[in-house]
Order: sequence, then structure tokens, then C-alpha cells
Amino acid sequence: MRLIVHNMLSCNIKGVVNKFPLRIEPEKIIVKKVDFNPDFLKHMFAKIDWKALVYGARSMEHTELPDNAPDIKTLESDESFLRKFHHALLELHLEEGSLVCPETGRKFPVNKGIPNMLLHEDEV
Amino acid sequence: MWFLCVFYHRLLDFRKPEVEALAELFGEEIAENESLQWRLPEHHHNDTPFHFVQLSSEEIARNIAKRSILVKGMYELWGEGTCYEELKDSIQSYPDSRKLPFLTSDSTFRISVETFGKALTFEEQKDRIQSLTYIPFEGRVDLKNPDHNFFLMEMIESEENNGLQPILQRRIFFGREVGFADRKLLPTFQLKSRTYLGPTAMDAEMAFLMANQAKATSGKLVYDPFVGTGSILVSAARFGAMTMGADIDIRVVRDGRGPDCNVWSNFKQYGLPTPVALLRMDNNVPPWRSGLKEIFDAIICDPPYGVRAGGRKSGGRKILRGTVDPYTVPDDKRTDHIPSTGAYSLVECVHDLLHLAARMLVMKGRLVFFFPVLRDETGSEVKFPEHPCFKLVAVSEQILSSRYSRVLLTMVKVEPYSEDIEEAARLMHLEFRENHLKWLEDGNIHSSVFKPIDSSQIHTDPKTFKDPKPKYRGKYV
Repeated sequence: MRLIVHNMLSCNIKGVVNKFPLRIEPEKIIVKKVDFNPDFLKHMFAKIDWKALVYGARSMEHTELPDNAPDIKTLESDESFLRKFHHALLELHLEEGSLVCPETGRKFPVNKGIPNMLLHEDEV
Repeated sequence: MWFLCVFYHRLLDFRKPEVEALAELFGEEIAENESLQWRLPEHHHNDTPFHFVQLSSEEIARNIAKRSILVKGMYELWGEGTCYEELKDSIQSYPDSRKLPFLTSDSTFRISVETFGKALTFEEQKDRIQSLTYIPFEGRVDLKNPDHNFFLMEMIESEENNGLQPILQRRIFFGREVGFADRKLLPTFQLKSRTYLGPTAMDAEMAFLMANQAKATSGKLVYDPFVGTGSILVSAARFGAMTMGADIDIRVVRDGRGPDCNVWSNFKQYGLPTPVALLRMDNNVPPWRSGLKEIFDAIICDPPYGVRAGGRKSGGRKILRGTVDPYTVPDDKRTDHIPSTGAYSLVECVHDLLHLAARMLVMKGRLVFFFPVLRDETGSEVKFPEHPCFKLVAVSEQILSSRYSRVLLTMVKVEPYSEDIEEAARLMHLEFRENHLKWLEDGNIHSSVFKPIDSSQIHTDPKTFKDPKPKYRGKYV
């Protein structure tokens, strides 16, 4: 699971209010090279919840992202920033571990890189 | 400019929509509520492989042909006629300013003869090429790598076939090739060489057509909520798009058949980038964070409609043994608990799909999906699902059996998603459910497709027997 996905997911148990971002409990992190595509990154930048991305990246031992989202214009001029964003968003993988709901503590397991977001019978 | 667009003679219903989608992708300016201009050769039926299409530049025509699956070639027409005399007059009256730049002495050329409905011997082809001496070719012939490719296309009048009108009259075209299709893609991607397959893996040709309808290209994010073995996303990835997929069956997305036979390996097999994400989730209860919207450029899928595979959703009612109450999971069993699932009817599935697309597609993003249709004898008009955020732009039918077919629907997001719209969508859905649910209800389509033939319909007397189904050529091919 890459952080782009972590950024999209929340805990959807019925009645839960504080459900995003999910806490990452890593057991195995791997890094896989992905082709650098500036157009895609710019498109995604506007959709990403920055705080959640930084939070996710730090729990995966990646600390190079700034606390606050830079201005969208920075993306045009600053390739080194874009590369860091690329790395955090697409190249860091949570291979084994869990995503944990901040309110209930419910663990959504991540096995072989696939988050299992299916709810139990009593959570729907 | 008008171009002669020659199609492969298959999947007839999918041909024009593909060209239209690709024209948009390659920057053809099409005004709102308008579409590309098409024209038929004289006395040709709509099913003919020969069509004329208006495009603003040769470059767009070339790009369309190159990327297309069903376009054999795009040509600048120099002349046409019902016989070689007429062809000669027609070519001679075509302006020299359009012809001479391609006939210069420093260029190389080749003339190919193509036929439809008959085959010509090599001698016959040679005769026809040599009869073109009235065109002032100055260049050198190069059969391997010519600068300019000319085509002489000849067809014989097709006969009445199975009670259907002939699709074309004898006509001869002569034109300069502007672009041609790369069908080499298909043998490379055919399913029989795919490592990981499921029972409903999408055929490669169809998957490419779907990716073209979705305008998948570099820098775009394409999502398949019923990803299965990833057969649709493979085609989108081939065209450069980033892909993402979800499925409710964890064995398919996570395990596959082993470390080298799973969804990931299907992408690696062709050297394509693997999906940005694969996850297990339920479209009925999606885990998207609130505020997430307009993130996908296209959603392409083949929803489970209950003929080959049925849909499942969370919230099954299997009673849990030895628990506090029948549906509560005991704490010590939570970690490895496998939740039961319930049946997911097509109506509900399509509703969730439209809702997902309305929220998660960017404006002008495309939703491309298959929808099953029963081919009943009454020939009643089929109604497709609707949503106030979407405009239906293409409907292509593929007939699967005498009982049912599937229709590829392409919808474009034209209105942003809002809560008011959601209410309007709910009412539309209720109306659809009320009036069109019957055959879509759980199990209904399956039983109609597989029901035994009603004995009262078997006519023993061949004289009184009439095939109740309308005769129909195009969509079988």
C-alpha cells in the first residue's frame, strides 16, 4: 500500500466520527521505484490531504516533507520538492502492517501490500 | 477535412464511438451537444466498413488510427467510382495541389490493392495498379518503407444475406494512407498468454476498446472498482494511465495463484507499471475519507451482473456461533475473522457505481461500464441507468447469445457533484428501480439466460415457424 491510498481511506464503521487519517502501524516497509510523472503529481497534489500525507510518511520513517503544504506554484519551479513528493506518495510501500482507526482502534490489516477495508458483520 | 475511415469488419457497434472518443483525446474541437460528422458512401448500409469522417487535421486522423483497435486505416480520398472509368474521372478532377506534393521525384511510394468481399490474384492486382498510369507518379517504388502509401480499395456488391439488406454496393476507392492501426497489440495481450486469469477476465480487444472509450492516457488515474485479475486495467496501463483497483474478494487481489501469478504479475508480464493501488473493499460501504472527490479521470469496469459471476457486499447474515448475540464478533476472534457477505443485486451495484463516479470523477471524466440486456421477443426499448451528473455519450451492444447481450455504456461527467444532485439522483434511481427492476432483480437475469426453451415456443411445423427475434447483423461480428 502506497501513501496515495492511505490518503484516500478512512474508517467507515457505522457511527464513527473521528475516522481520518488512519494511523499506520508498519511491520514491513519496502521502497519500489516508480516512473516520475510530473503531470500526474501536479494533478494529485491538489487532491491530497497534506497533513495526512506528512503524518503517514513520518510513521513510515520518511521525514523529508515540510509540515505545511507548499504553494502549488512551487511544483512548477522546484523539482527537488516534486521528487520528494513523488517518493512519499508513490514509492514508499507498506507491505505488512495495519491501518488503525483513530477513534475505535479497529485494525485494518495490510498483507502483501493490500489493505483489507472490509467491515465485520457488526460494523456495517 | 473529410477522411475515408476503413474499419475492421467486427464489433460494428463499437467502431464509431471509438473514433469519437479518440478524436476528443487527440484534441479535435467538438462543440457541446455536437459530435463528429460522419457520411456513408453512396448506397452503403450503416454496417459497411467504409465511412467518411470529418476531422480538422491529418495529424488527428493519424493519431486516431494509430491508437485505435477497430480502424484499419484513415485515407485522404483521391477518387471513387462504381467502375474504373468513373474512378479515373474522379481522380483526375481531384485538385493537383492536393496530389502533386505526394508524387514528387524525390519521394518513394507503394500502391496496395485491398478488397472487400472477394480476393484478387496477384496478376489481377498488378493489372489494376498498372491501369493507374494517368496519375503522374514521379517517385521511386519502395515496397518496404515508402514515404507515401496509396491504396486501391475494391469491393463487390454484397448479396442479400440471411434476409438482411446488402451492406454495400460495388465501389472503388483510391486514396493516400494517413494512418493505420497497430493490431499487433492484440496477439501480445491476448488472454491465453496471460499468467493470471479469472472466469470473467476481459478479452484483450474489448479491454482496449474500453480504455479508449475512457480516454486513458499518460498522467491520468483510472479506477476499476471490480478489478478481479486486472484485465481491464492492463489495457489502461498500456496506454500510459496510472491505475487503481478494488475488489471484495481478497483472494483474487492479494493472493492470486502464488507469488508469480497474481494481479501484479499480469502487469509485470508486459513490462507495464503496476497499479498505484489494489485494495479490498466493498463498493456498497466504501471507505473513502470525507472530502475526497474528483480524483479519478476515468472509471472503467465490468460489474458482476449475475450470469458468470454474482456480486457480493458486506452485511451477510450468517449466524456466528458461540457469540454474545448472533451478529457480534467476539473480541478474541476479531483479528482473523472472515466477515460473511450477502448478495449484491445489479440494481444496487449500478446505483453505487454511479454514485461513486459522480463523486470521484473529475469534471468531464468518463465512466465506462458494461450493462446486461435481455433480448426479449417483444423488442421493448431498453432503459439504461441515469444520473443527473452524467451524459450518456455512447452505447455499443455486443450480443452474447440469443437470450442476452451486454452493452458498453460511456458516460461523461457534466455536472459537479453536490448534495442537491444526490437527492435528484436518488429519485431517478427509485424510478429506475420501480420500472426496470424486475429482470434485474437478483437471480432474474441468470434464470432468463439459462432457462430451458419454453416448449410452447417450439414450432414443429417449419412453415408456420417464424423467428421472433429481429434479424440483426452488426452486433454479432
